[in-house]
Amino acid sequence: MSAAQWARDLGMGLRFAFAGGREGWTRALLTAVGVGLGVALLLLTTALPAALAERDRREEGRLNYTYGEQIARADDTLMTADTNTEFGGRDIRGRLLEPEGDKAPLPPGLREFPAPGDMLVSPALKELLDSGDGALLRERLPYDIVGTIGEQGLIGSQELAYYAGAQGLADRAGDGLVGRIDSFGDPNPTEEEMDPVLMLLILVVFVVLLMPVAVFIAAAVRFGGERRDRRLAALRLVGSDGGMTRRIAAGEALGGALLGLVFGTAFFLAGREFAASVEVFRISVFPSYLNPSPLLALLVAVAVPAAAVLVTLLALRGVVIEPLGVVRTARPARRRLWWRLLFPLAGVVMLVPMLGQGKENGEFNGYLVTGGVICLLVGVTALLPWFVETVVARLGSGSVSWQLAVRRLQLSSGTAARMVNGIAVAVAGAIALQMLFAGVEADYTKETGYDVSLAQMQVRVPEGTEIDAATAKLAETEGVRKVYPLSEGYFADRPYTEEPQRSAQLTVGDCATLREVAKLPSCADGDVFAVQGGEHDTDTPSLSRPGQKLYAEVPSPGEEMKEVEWTVPGALKEAASVEDPTGTKRGGFLLTRGAMPDDLAEAVRGQLYLAIDDSVPHAREHVRNTAAAIDPLSDPMTWSATERTERFDTIRTGLFVGAAAVLALIGASLLVSQLEQLRERRKLLAALVAFGTRRRTLSLSVLWQTAVPIGLGLLLAAAVGITLGAVLLRMTATPVGVDWPSVLQMTGIGAGVVLVVTLLSLPPLLRMMRPDGLRTE
Amino acid sequence: MSIGHTLLGLLESGPRHGYDLKRAFDEKFGHDRPLHYGQVYSTMSRLLKNGLVEVDGIEAGGGPERKRYAITEAGITDVERWLATPEKPEPYLQSTLYTKVVLALLTSRDAADVLDTQRSEHLRSMRILTDRKRRGDLADQLICDHALFHLEADLRWLELTAARLDKLREAVAR
Amino acid sequence: MTTTPPPGSLLVARDLRKVYGPTTALDGAAFSIHPGEVVAVMGPSGSGKSTLLHCLAGIVTPDSGSILYDGRELTAMSDSERSALRRSEFGFVFQFGQLVPELTCVENVALPMRLNGTPRKEAERAALAWMERLEVDDVRGKRPGEVSGGQGQRVAVARALVTGPRLLFADEPTGALDSLNGERVMELLTEAARSANAAVVLVTHEARVAAYSDREIVVRDGRSRDMERVV
Repeated sequence: MSAAQWARDLGMGLRFAFAGGREGWTRALLTAVGVGLGVALLLLTTALPAALAERDRREEGRLNYTYGEQIARADDTLMTADTNTEFGGRDIRGRLLEPEGDKAPLPPGLREFPAPGDMLVSPALKELLDSGDGALLRERLPYDIVGTIGEQGLIGSQELAYYAGAQGLADRAGDGLVGRIDSFGDPNPTEEEMDPVLMLLILVVFVVLLMPVAVFIAAAVRFGGERRDRRLAALRLVGSDGGMTRRIAAGEALGGALLGLVFGTAFFLAGREFAASVEVFRISVFPSYLNPSPLLALLVAVAVPAAAVLVTLLALRGVVIEPLGVVRTARPARRRLWWRLLFPLAGVVMLVPMLGQGKENGEFNGYLVTGGVICLLVGVTALLPWFVETVVARLGSGSVSWQLAVRRLQLSSGTAARMVNGIAVAVAGAIALQMLFAGVEADYTKETGYDVSLAQMQVRVPEGTEIDAATAKLAETEGVRKVYPLSEGYFADRPYTEEPQRSAQLTVGDCATLREVAKLPSCADGDVFAVQGGEHDTDTPSLSRPGQKLYAEVPSPGEEMKEVEWTVPGALKEAASVEDPTGTKRGGFLLTRGAMPDDLAEAVRGQLYLAIDDSVPHAREHVRNTAAAIDPLSDPMTWSATERTERFDTIRTGLFVGAAAVLALIGASLLVSQLEQLRERRKLLAALVAFGTRRRTLSLSVLWQTAVPIGLGLLLAAAVGITLGAVLLRMTATPVGVDWPSVLQMTGIGAGVVLVVTLLSLPPLLRMMRPDGLRTE
Repeated sequence: MSIGHTLLGLLESGPRHGYDLKRAFDEKFGHDRPLHYGQVYSTMSRLLKNGLVEVDGIEAGGGPERKRYAITEAGITDVERWLATPEKPEPYLQSTLYTKVVLALLTSRDAADVLDTQRSEHLRSMRILTDRKRRGDLADQLICDHALFHLEADLRWLELTAARLDKLREAVAR
Repeated sequence: MTTTPPPGSLLVARDLRKVYGPTTALDGAAFSIHPGEVVAVMGPSGSGKSTLLHCLAGIVTPDSGSILYDGRELTAMSDSERSALRRSEFGFVFQFGQLVPELTCVENVALPMRLNGTPRKEAERAALAWMERLEVDDVRGKRPGEVSGGQGQRVAVARALVTGPRLLFADEPTGALDSLNGERVMELLTEAARSANAAVVLVTHEARVAAYSDREIVVRDGRSRDMERVV
């Protein structure tokens, strides 16, 4: 076969793709839109790593890193304070800035420092503050808005962030949130080593997301297949041979695919702009982030058309195109099982050598992982046609609608299987990943240990603020049920200059509050207690001898350490530790207010534990507002039972974003093929209506016709997904457990897509069932 | 084919000489077999005798005397009746049917009526034949089929003519 | 043309008008049929024959005019009422494309009964009886794609008659068949209809098919002519 002839035949097909009149155009357009969507998703995927890297770079570039060497005040130093807050579940990055000289470093995205009382905000925050929803937040950030932060200073178009000017920050330097810097960015950046398990997750996520796209593109180039077959028969009639015909058909698909590349680029560019205006799962990006790597983009541009040609040639393999029509071997040979099983088996074989490697030596062979996962997922697409055929052949007939659907499926189970392949692959992959997530979640989730039932928020009382005043203000705040004011500090056995050996916690409060942290035999103002049975507390018994001198540190920035001496009184009472509102059993000494000497007040830091009444709307926002009014550095914390590591969250988020996009895409292709199928049956539908078939019967049969293969697909997807998940879990040496909620969730999403598609195809169905279809003119 | 009815029909558009009648007949109907002059005269005298035409005037001049004929009321009724009566379905009917259709058009009658009436008559015969065929043996069936196919051919001609009536009207009016 | 319907008519239609966009399909057509009668609707293509049939069968609602079936006004019925009527009282045979390709022949024949709620076993038993009468019981287990055109059309006739309709609508039932097969279908169709005392509205442009009727009406330019009452 000469290359010239190939080129000629493909070229002829290309012409057919666009010169086939309206019908030809429609077909080419359908294919192009389908391929275009796939290409856009591929381009997005190729751009994603770069986008995430860019986010990381910008995040790093604006770090105000204060944990290094102490820096002395100079004209190139800047005082910063972290005043992050949260509003309506969204994080707001806040920084107070106070330049100490002309050469103070400007954070990225700022052209000048905001004057005290002014602030620069991100565009999204400005929008939020201007909107009615942001009124509560405006109270918390009472600064004048004098400008916006440039793109370089933000990690996403929808990020909420502000820089406000401040005064006197140096006085608060002892506070952990305040520090002095002479430059932005991490002073000693370290190449963060990816955890092998996380690496594995990312690899699998990509494979899982891209597989359905490939399946989808393969389906898209076959849109309008039946009509094309008729045209091919006509070609045979005028004398083209079988091979030529196939190549011409491939050329047609190529035409659609090439147009699809154009569409895909357009979709991608449009999507890129659109991406700036949305925030998906709290991640937003700037269009400029989404630059596909040229090499990968080139790969897409070459691979997609090549795949289109290949798929067409493969699809026509089982079809004999005769001059007088297309003969599909009327009853295709029963699908054989054995070679289909090879794929999942090969997948398992590739993954097995890595079982249990996740924890210790932490080395995964990326190629084997990818290959294994791909094989398992391809196994789904290979097994599904056999599975659908086998099951459908055994289905009995029930109602008319059921009978119509089942018989149709029996006649063409391959088409049905092809339709749901995409969804099955996506769901299988997603289930496996969810299992993996659920399994390793425990490792990546720190139990914060806060007892959320007693107190839900904590507010630090800043230096120089009366704890009673702060307590009173917060107690009056809307939505606060109770405030537990406690002052906390530490005693050591020697002055700090002499390197203390033992230490014990010091907690000051009134009797009522102290009862929340320990079981007190009796309590009156002036009592002092030594707590027994505190967690991680070994020194209290040896320090609680009456007459013993203890030393408490007074934080004083930049100067010599100061400390306060305290003598253990003779009238020391015993108390038993109980779980306090933060969920820990504390040890050390409990002092009633009256027992605290004045000088000790300097050495303790007030903490207010708040019980929140969540039935009050925006209760937490009110608390944050009050806290900010008391002091911007009060840093209110909301407790949740657990918190996951950030990177883990990102991967999980990525999976959700991707799965949502992929399922939407597949839904679109399902709809297209559904509509095409209906159009082909127009006359039959009209005849059925003529002899009195109820619309309900036909609608139901359309539903069954989609639901049965999808149900089977989801079943198989669940089986393969759970297998893959189990293997992956074993690889990370995590106990295997099936995460049923996520299995249900993913299959539910898949089923939802079917339902939506069926619903969307009902109006055209009903329209086609109008008797006009009987007219031949 | 009834020459008498045809000539009567031609007279309906106005009185004519015998020679004119022959020319008009030849032009419209006598494509391959022109009418003999003698046939015109013998037919006209029969029509005169039956009171279907009358002599409108005689032109004396050089040559033979020339009678001008005009149609009578009875003549018009006769044409009317002839056109409305379907021909008995039989082979080689076309020339008669054609004449009827053209005459109907010439005399501004509904030519489609002529065709419909004829179709109905043909179908009646076909029904009888079909019925006989159903009851009969193979020989009957073959014989009936032969007749049926001929009748069907007539009917196809009828349909075709019906579809082309407008064109025919134009051609005839020229 | 005014027609006074003869008493005892099963279906009488008067002054039917139907416009599809710019084309007038029916322009004052009339029709009537007695129980057990076979009436051919003839006329050239595009004359409105099929539209007339669709209107008479309650598939399409005419823009104006009246259709009285068994004393009930079809044009006043709701869509579901007309569907129910079509299911129980009418039968249909079309030129092609009416058999569900994925159902076997016997399932196709049983379909209308099943739509009426008859259990599958019973429906298929009745279907088989009709298939025997139409001499197609040997293809019962085959799908429409596997049988000849004549067989397929006879299956369609069996399906049209299986519910015991009082009125059978046949739109060019032999249009896709050769003359021998066409005749066989017509013979079986009219015989079966007569024996079941079902009236038949037979739309055709073929005279030899129309010859199986008792009388014919001609449709031209959307107007009908009832030949019996003209002659």
